Formats: sequence, structure tokens, C-alpha cells
Amino acid sequence: MANIRTMTFDAVIVGGGGSGMRAALQLAQSGYKTAVITKVFPTRSHTVSAQGGITCAIASDDPNDQWQWHMYDTVKGADFIGDQEAIEYMCQTGPEAIFELEHMGLPFSRTEEGRIYQRPFGGQSKDFGKGGQAARTCAAADRTGHALLHTLYQGNLKNETTFLNEWFAVDIVKNSDNAVVGVVALNIETGETVYVKSKATVFATGGAGRIYASTTNAHICTGDGIGMALRAGFPVQDIEMWQFHPTGIHGAGTLVTEGCRGEGGYLVNKDGERFMERYAPNAKDLAGRDVVARSMVLEILEGRGCGPDGDHVYLKLDHLGEETLNAKLPGILELSRTFAHADPVKEPIPVVPTCHYMMGGIPTNVNGQALTVDGEGNDQVIEGFYACGEAACVSVHGANRLGGNSLLDLVVFGRASGMFIEQQLREGVELKDASEADIEAAMAGLNELNDSTGGENASVLRAELQTIMQNYFGVFRRGDFMQEGIAKLAALRPRIKNVALSDKSNAFNTSRIEALELQNLFEVAEATAITAEARTESRGAHAREDFQERDDVNWLCHSLFFPADKRVGKRDVNFTLKTREAFEPQIRTY
Amino acid sequence: MLNVSIYRYNPEVDSEPYMQDFEFDTQGKDIMVLDVLEKLKIEDPTLVFRRSCREGVCGSDGMNISGKNGLACVTPLSSVVKKNKLVIRPLPGLPVIRDLVIDMSQFYAQYEKIQPYMINDTPAPAIERLQSQEERAKLDGLYECILCACCSTACPSFWWNPDKFIGPSGLLQAYRFLADSRDTATEARLSNLDDPFSVFRCHGIMNCVQVCPKGLNPTKAIGHIRDMLMRTAT
Repeated sequence: MANIRTMTFDAVIVGGGGSGMRAALQLAQSGYKTAVITKVFPTRSHTVSAQGGITCAIASDDPNDQWQWHMYDTVKGADFIGDQEAIEYMCQTGPEAIFELEHMGLPFSRTEEGRIYQRPFGGQSKDFGKGGQAARTCAAADRTGHALLHTLYQGNLKNETTFLNEWFAVDIVKNSDNAVVGVVALNIETGETVYVKSKATVFATGGAGRIYASTTNAHICTGDGIGMALRAGFPVQDIEMWQFHPTGIHGAGTLVTEGCRGEGGYLVNKDGERFMERYAPNAKDLAGRDVVARSMVLEILEGRGCGPDGDHVYLKLDHLGEETLNAKLPGILELSRTFAHADPVKEPIPVVPTCHYMMGGIPTNVNGQALTVDGEGNDQVIEGFYACGEAACVSVHGANRLGGNSLLDLVVFGRASGMFIEQQLREGVELKDASEADIEAAMAGLNELNDSTGGENASVLRAELQTIMQNYFGVFRRGDFMQEGIAKLAALRPRIKNVALSDKSNAFNTSRIEALELQNLFEVAEATAITAEARTESRGAHAREDFQERDDVNWLCHSLFFPADKRVGKRDVNFTLKTREAFEPQIRTY
Repeated sequence: MLNVSIYRYNPEVDSEPYMQDFEFDTQGKDIMVLDVLEKLKIEDPTLVFRRSCREGVCGSDGMNISGKNGLACVTPLSSVVKKNKLVIRPLPGLPVIRDLVIDMSQFYAQYEKIQPYMINDTPAPAIERLQSQEERAKLDGLYECILCACCSTACPSFWWNPDKFIGPSGLLQAYRFLADSRDTATEARLSNLDDPFSVFRCHGIMNCVQVCPKGLNPTKAIGHIRDMLMRTAT
């Protein structure tokens, strides 16, 4: 008997970061009974770490800027497997979403005219790549994520959203129609397990950078939504596509914003050479992140890395002057002094490509509805199930995300999901109630963990998982290595399933949470590994030594990973724009 | 070996809290306090603390480290280890849930009390509201607050009246909205604070300034609010 308490809402959002709170805000404003389940207090979510800004054609820096140019950059940055319909929607709707945030109080930096300050970021151009570098990233100094997340939390307070803070969603509850009717969740403070029932369940659970040993991501980025979706039997899309940010602080992994290069900083090797001039003669240090990250790794592999071990390069900022650095990049000065023991005013920051962003995720349409495909390969909506933000793959980032596009993705699709659900609720949603057995099924994993005896330490297993991913599925990938990595993961699976939980107490038991997070990390890692091995080409962030060319004949498509039989399928990329003809694939150079 | 003394309390097991000593090998490295806790948790999975970003921006891991409130993730051992000893306690003045995790409801309630959101009754323009660089500069040193509670839990006035005194963090945020040229609710905000406790329990001892991990100055902000209240009173 699933003798647990039920809490009922019109909509429940799992995740209290940017996309979750934007979706929640929309629904709270509409008056529907909305709850946000979040494993940390909302302002501790990883959105808070975003630095450089939110890219959008608001025509402040350049009054003639056009959202279509932003769309072109995004399609090209994605190496042509971003869904053009979704990219069009994001770039076109973006300005409205940004102005809403400003009206809510987001403290953007300003231009002399009093408009929102915009800075140049990588992969940005004017006039469809023909007009030179654009400055399109709206910024609040280098703390844009902090400013955005706090503003959204404040907006939700104003609209009286219900927050289940420090609650952890354990697994999806499906009814007999395979529709999603809520989640089983754990109150971390008390240990109580509750069935949170809802007509709409939105996964805004963020990324999973912690599958890698070196990541800019917070400890909490453990892919909980992806883990839950896979365990429920739903597919994930383009999960092999992981962005390595060019500038993580060497050793610590903490992020140094692309805004540093936007403001005029550049990378140098041990000879003091500005090497990006060789790899990307036009955009140089502001080429796509995948291009810059690969160039850095090549410099290091060819013996031109910096430091005693030659294992990093330098990001030079001192020539910008103390005044500019204090005004534009105050957070970076703080982070570099703390974690690199380097004062950017006087000396360069040691940096290395570091896992940063999951381009893949739960496939959705522009309304946030989660998708699967039927036997004939046609898209099929999963009733009651939605996703937005990094956990979703809508897909606007394709094989490589442009800097500043993640925050835009959050607000645009958080908002879109909220608006669509509001409309659905108004029209009336009828989903069959979950049976006792359905709820039991969602509790099985947790019960097994609670009943476990023996097993290995979660931290030790997690470190092993991270090392496998770092060594076999990093910036450069090779088939035989990846097969080895997949075999190692297969051996790790039973050990992680049997993870130790020696502390069975209820009150704020973070060991229990970490064990559940580890199981989620594993699901993400395995899906990544198998899909990466299957995609026999190089595209965007997925760079293979054994298949160095992009293969548009076979792989101009999304990958879909099906968990039941660990099969990799394909799904068409959307090339149907509403306002113009599609951008055809071209050779991608910067 | 470094001696690490940590406050322990599990309500299901312990009748009262106690300090537990651990021996920790730093391998000669000047790591962060959070790194020490993470490694100790491998040995003792029952050790409980909050953490998220590990770079000083999320505000999860505020704790009392060798007598001073701070964020474990940006506090290097060299700044807090005295005579080879590190003492870690929960932030003082609020109820302990378990080990280093405190119940922050009182702190959040004070934040909510100041209406921490933009209020502007004029119709919104089709683009952003304009704000000059000078007006925007007034928000620097205010909007960066990460709600870690290091300041409010270092404040004796907040210890005494956590239900009536807003505390340094909440007041810093109150001023963040008072100082914003886009906010139109100045009068209502001030009248909301105009009582003997909300603001005036601050005695300017500046504990908050001393501990703020973001280098912010709540005392100064409180001074500005006092001035505004005085001016509206006359």
C-alpha cells in the first residue's frame, strides 16, 4: 500500500531555477494553484552562477539590430541541428521577455542613453554573418544570473507562488495511459514522502554537469529530471552534446565569463601568442565555444600550454585597465583572486575548457510539451508532462549553444510553458487518477535505497563515474575509447544501484539525497556515452577523432536515446520557419 | 594533521548537541573550508551541511567558522585556522535542524516583510524603463546580496528580536528598492518600516559589515533608511 499523503495542485514545477520560476510566475499570475518543488532554496539554484548576460536583439547597442540576425547566429552556432521553429520563436519573443524582466526590477547595467547595456559575446554577428561582430548580450555587470534569479524569486513572492523548498522529487508518477500525473517527492527537512499530484508536471530540473570531474556546474547539477524521465521510460534527445566552456579556472573549475573576451580580453599560450587568430581569423577569441575549446586543447596537446605541467592557457585582461574591470567584471576579479590566486588587474587567469552545459535533454515542442515518438517515428506528446530550461531540448542550442542563449532559453520557454499550461487548464484537463500501484511504482527506487544494506560509498562511486566521463567522453572523442568507457559504465551500474545508505535517519538526511542524485547522474552519463558512440560524425561540441567531418547525409538530425532497450534513434530537425525560409546548412567557420 | 571541531546534532539520535573532533590531512594545501567538509563527509556520511555553487554566489553554506560567520566555499583554511585548529558551528541565533543546517524561516520572513520586489504603478512602456547610469550606480552594493544570512545571524539585535527587527540583510534589500529610480512605492515602503523595531533596533555596531562575504555594507544602507524616515517625519 502506498500509504503516503497526497498534495494536489493544478500545476507543479520541479526545479526553482530560472526556467522553473519563470513558468511558475506565469501560472501564479493566472491564479492556478501552482507549486514549485525545489531541492534548494530557489536563489541557490544554478542560474545564480550565470555571469555574462542574456542575448537578445533589443536594439540598444545597435538601434538597427534585428532578431533575425540573432536567429541566424543561433542556427549556425548550433551547427544546424537546432530546431529552426524554436529558434525563431525564441529570438522573436525574446525582447518582450527581457522587457518584462526589466519591468519586474532586474537591475540591468545601462548605456549612456539609459537603455539596457549590451556586450559582445561569441558567435554574434550583424547582417547574417556579413556585418561583423555584434554586441547583443544584455548584462547586469557580470552577475546577470544572480540578478535574474533573484528578480524571478521576488516576482513569485509578489504573486504568492507556493514553494516546497528543500523538497526532492524522486520519481515520476504515470497513470495507466502512460500520462504523467505528478511526482513522488521527499521533504528533505522531515524525511516525509508525499505524492504531489498535478494536471501538469513541468521539469525545470537544470543540467547535469556533475557527470564530469571538471565542471563549472554547482554540486546540485545532477540531472535529476533526466534521470527521472529515463527511469520512466521516456527518451532524451541530443544528450551526447555537452558544451565545454573555454574558460573554467584551472584546478577549481569555476566559470570565467565569455564576457571577459567580449570586453576585449584574449587567450594566450605559453609563448604569449594570441593563438585564436590562427584558428578563427575573423571572430578570433569570440568564435563559437566549441571552436575555442578545441583550439585550447590543441594548443595544450601540442606543447604550448602554460604552467609547470603545460596543462592550461592564459586569459589576459590586464590591458583593459582596472577601472573597466571594476565596472564591467567585478565578480570575475573576486573569483580569480579567490580560486586562481591571480589578480586579473595585473596578471592573466589560468583557464582550461571545463564542462559547462547540456545541450540535450527532454525533447519538447515550443509549448514545453514533452515528446516521444511512435513506432512510425511521428512525434507524440506525453500527456501531462512538460520541460523547459536546460533539462529540456526544445531544441534551440542544437550541437553547440551560443553564450548568453541559455538565460534567454530559460525565460522564453519557461514563460511559453506557463502560458500553454494556463490555456490547457482553462480548457479543462482530464487525466486518469494514478492507482495505488502507479504510485508504488514511483516509490520503488526510494524504497529499495531505504532498505539497502551494504554497498559502496556514494562519493567514491560518484568520483569513479566522473573520471570515466572525463577520460572517455571529453572535448575530443574516439570510437574505441568510447566503447571502453561504455563497458566501464556497464560495470559501474550494479554498484551504483546498490549504493550504500548507512544513515537511515529522516531529518535533513543529505546522504539519502546524494545517493538518489548519484543514480540520476548515472542515467545521464550512460545515455551520453551510448549516444556519443553512436553519432559517427563531428558536429558542434561533439568532436570525433575517427569521424572528423560533419555528415549531413546521415546525421543532420537529432539523436534520441530510448532507455528501455538503450537504443539510439533519430528525429528530424525542424526547418519550418513561420516568417522566412529556413537557413540551409553551410560550412561553419568563424 | 589539522584538528577540525564540528558542531553535531541529529534530533533523532542526540538529546543535545556536542562538538566532534576530526583529524584532517590537508596535504599542505590551502583548500577551502567546504572542501574539508566534503572530504569529511566521505568518512562520516552522517555529517550534514548545505552547499550548492561552491563559488560564493548562491549563499547556501553560511556557517560560523572559527568564531566568524562566512561562506565555507570561499573561506581558505589559511584565514581561519588558529593553532592548527578549525572550529565549525552553524550560524548563530536561529534554530538548528541538524548539524550545520539551520532553520532560516525567520530570516526569510523578514526578507518577505520588506516587499522585496519592484512596485511601479505607472503603465509599463513597450521597451525597458529608462534608467541613467548614475541612477543605476545607486543599486551597486545592494543588489548583490545572496541571502546567506551571515550578517543577520551576526547581529545581536537580530538575535534578540528576530521577529520584529528586520535585520541587516532585509534592510539592505529594503534600501535596494528605496534607492531604485524605477520604484514608485517609497512612501508605502517607509511607512511599513516606521516603528521602533523594524529599523531602529540597529545600533550601528557593524558586525554585519565585518562578516559580509560579498563585501556589502548593510549598516550604511540602514543609515540611509533612517535618514529617509527622519525626513518624512519632519
